[in-house]
Amino acid sequence: MTQPDNFGFEEEAALLKDSARKFFADNFTTDKLHTMVAADFEPERMSGCHWDAALWQQLVELGWAAVAVPESAGGLGMPLSAVAGLVEEVGRAAFPCPLLATLNAVYVLAAIGADAETALTEIAEGRTASLATINRDGAWDAALTEVVCDAGTLSGTAWFVQDARKVDRLLVAARNGERIALYWVPIDAPGVTVQPDAIVDLTRDQAHIAFDSVAAEPVCADGLPALQQAMPAVWTLLAADITGAAEWQLQTTVDYANARQQFDHSLGFFQAVKHPLVDVMIHIDQSKSLVYNAACAFDFEPDEAARFAHMAKASASDLAAFASGRAVQFHGGIGFTWECFLHLYFKRQTHSQMLWGDGPWHRARMADIVLGKVA
Amino acid sequence: MTESAHQDTPEQVEFREHCRTWLAANKPGEPGVRLPLSPLEIMTQEQLDYLQAWQKAAYDAGMIGCDYPVTVGGGSRSDCQRIANEEMKGARTPFLPNVIGLGMAAPTVFYHAQDELKERLLPRLFSGEDIWCQGFSEPGAGSDLASVQTFAERKGDKWLINGHKVWTSLAHFAEWMILLLRTDRSHKYDGLSYFVVPIRSALGNGVTVRPLIKMTGETGFNEVIFEDLEVDDSYRLDELGKGWQVAMTTLLHERGAGDLKTPSAGGMKSKTTHSTTTSSLIDLARNTMRNGRPALEDPLLRDQIMQLIIREAGLGINQRRARVAGLQDHPSRLLLQNKLLASEIAQDIGALALEIAGASASLYLGDSNAPAGGQWPLSYMNSYGMTIAAGTSEVQRNILGERVLGLAKSK
Ligand SMILES: Cc1cc2nc3c(=O)[nH]c(=O)nc-3n(C[C@H](O)[C@H](O)[C@H](O)COP(=O)(O)OP(=O)(O)OC[C@H]3O[C@@H](n4cnc5c(N)ncnc54)[C@H](O)[C@@H]3O)c2cc1C
Repeated sequence: MTQPDNFGFEEEAALLKDSARKFFADNFTTDKLHTMVAADFEPERMSGCHWDAALWQQLVELGWAAVAVPESAGGLGMPLSAVAGLVEEVGRAAFPCPLLATLNAVYVLAAIGADAETALTEIAEGRTASLATINRDGAWDAALTEVVCDAGTLSGTAWFVQDARKVDRLLVAARNGERIALYWVPIDAPGVTVQPDAIVDLTRDQAHIAFDSVAAEPVCADGLPALQQAMPAVWTLLAADITGAAEWQLQTTVDYANARQQFDHSLGFFQAVKHPLVDVMIHIDQSKSLVYNAACAFDFEPDEAARFAHMAKASASDLAAFASGRAVQFHGGIGFTWECFLHLYFKRQTHSQMLWGDGPWHRARMADIVLGKVA
Repeated sequence: MTESAHQDTPEQVEFREHCRTWLAANKPGEPGVRLPLSPLEIMTQEQLDYLQAWQKAAYDAGMIGCDYPVTVGGGSRSDCQRIANEEMKGARTPFLPNVIGLGMAAPTVFYHAQDELKERLLPRLFSGEDIWCQGFSEPGAGSDLASVQTFAERKGDKWLINGHKVWTSLAHFAEWMILLLRTDRSHKYDGLSYFVVPIRSALGNGVTVRPLIKMTGETGFNEVIFEDLEVDDSYRLDELGKGWQVAMTTLLHERGAGDLKTPSAGGMKSKTTHSTTTSSLIDLARNTMRNGRPALEDPLLRDQIMQLIIREAGLGINQRRARVAGLQDHPSRLLLQNKLLASEIAQDIGALALEIAGASASLYLGDSNAPAGGQWPLSYMNSYGMTIAAGTSEVQRNILGERVLGLAKSK
């Protein structure tokens, strides 16, 4: 199978992306975001879970939460490149919501197939979900999960669960004998305790989740293949989010570089400012191209999906750090303050950079694919 | 998903098929001589003969100038040069020698010359029978191109040209030159005019071409001195004093952002050629031992190689994304990055190759123990030509910052 030249990014994808951008511009300014999530600047505060659930509900009603759910389960079944376009705009707005977490669950469920139909239908109807597959070390490998299933009940702790306080369901990876099985667990099931983490990023929430003899039926008895199939989508979408956020950082910094005068010129006149901003743009474009290529491979060239998704997330993780650093630096003192909105994106990008593997992590895995593993 | 809307047009399908069939039967054989890395280092008549014969054959097969009208020697096709380029690349044919003609002179002549002149010049340009060169840079005018001082003084319906051009690639083989000069000293930009000049026929008679030696030891660019060269007014492009606008057409196409695609060919793989790509880098790392193991197993090198593969892939996909309207916010944002990225990636590939080769990186052309016959240090050095020529990387960043991001113009 080969990739279509346009990444499978058809007119309806362009419409979705445009309407998402317009929706956030109209309904969710950065000013609003700051008021919502950054009211408290106490460094040792417990992380809040500040979001606009009513606005999220509007997105659900627009069908955006079900874009990736297969049509057979009542969703829109759009290609990953279209979904990436939507996520890019969510990243640009840094909109706190469980979209990415839910999409991640959708791709794993879709990879499971028929047994996950009920769960997918719930998502199509507006339920949200998050993956609970990672151990305390943050090893991005569900095979190392600390959760164990014994006699039909789950025990142990899942770590780094994204937007845990916003979601209705968890897709839990647990060791069951020789295998890693997947479980679809309501967040309010008896024995589930959500323990919020104090995190840097103000635009998300994260928790570790303790399972104490939680009764559960597997949706998939052998979950690793489904996870393996879905992870390229997870990486690609997070890379799309980073790319959108970096576009906001670039545009905001360009506006500032045009407005602020020093030495009788706007800052952008000076090449020590101009050239690194161009380099941020170049890096955004590289990441963005790699995102749509990876998204397209996921749908049209699955054998290549992992390699291309590693490339996209490696590039985007590095971009997250680079764009954040340049944005703060070129705002000078004001950029270093809580009052300036830049810190929101700086923190979101730092979180995204590490989540599901940073640049070196992805390049090491890509190297194993491209060059072969070292014995 | 519907793929059909984005596939080739019927004309493109048929043309692609034609290119494939023709290339399968007619791809040129091994050259009898070592070919340089790019047309900018063609040094000998033997090299040129081989490459000119290839360009002529490709032109006769309809793969060059395909989107120009038939009246000027083109193929009157629509968006087919891209297809020919893809097919020639796929077939790994040799490069085309008349690069400056195809990439810069042709669009400039096409948009700014009188019909009669176009019809006379372009067919022989496309076929490669006439090699072209570009007389822009001068000792005192490089990045600040508009300060050129070469002067044309009016003498009836003729012009008398005096001045000094430098770094003029291919001038030693060129019949024609595109020439940016001054016709008025009192206005910087509005004092510029633009000519096409037959230099070969004027050698020793108003024109002197002298080779300049590159840091690699190769030749390929020259200095060109004009002493009272007499040129007919019919060789002037566009109006007097409009030279800067005409030069913009040249530069836009030189930087890959013009609307007429430049014919480009393959990156031949043969005993006598070398390509600066990550796949050659991987070959090198596989065949280089470090601490008794292949260098390819070194985790740091693996990471560096992956970084370059990612950049190389990103650049390629940029070209593809540039054709998807919904995935870009500014029409020339991706196109204007092309030359900058291609040259810097090649440079970084070269630098990493030297690190991988380690001690063997000291061995140059002519040493039988040198990896890839010593071409890695050669291509690494030549990569600086590419980050300098056609607007330096610094100038490219100025252009991107100003035209695309809208930042204030730097001096
Ligand atoms: C291999 C090769 C082939 C060439 N072929 C041709 C040809 O066929 N025809 C032709 O006309 N010319 C040709 N050139 C010339 C080329 O276009 C010039 O070398 C180039 O434009 C730079 O000009 P310069 O060499 O005078 O350097 P300068 O302009 O003097 O620049 C020197 C350094 O200063 C930097 N600099 C200059 N201005 C700025 C600025 N505003 N901001 C930041 N940095 C700046 C440059 O980036 C560079 O690093 C060729 C050059 C090379 C290397």
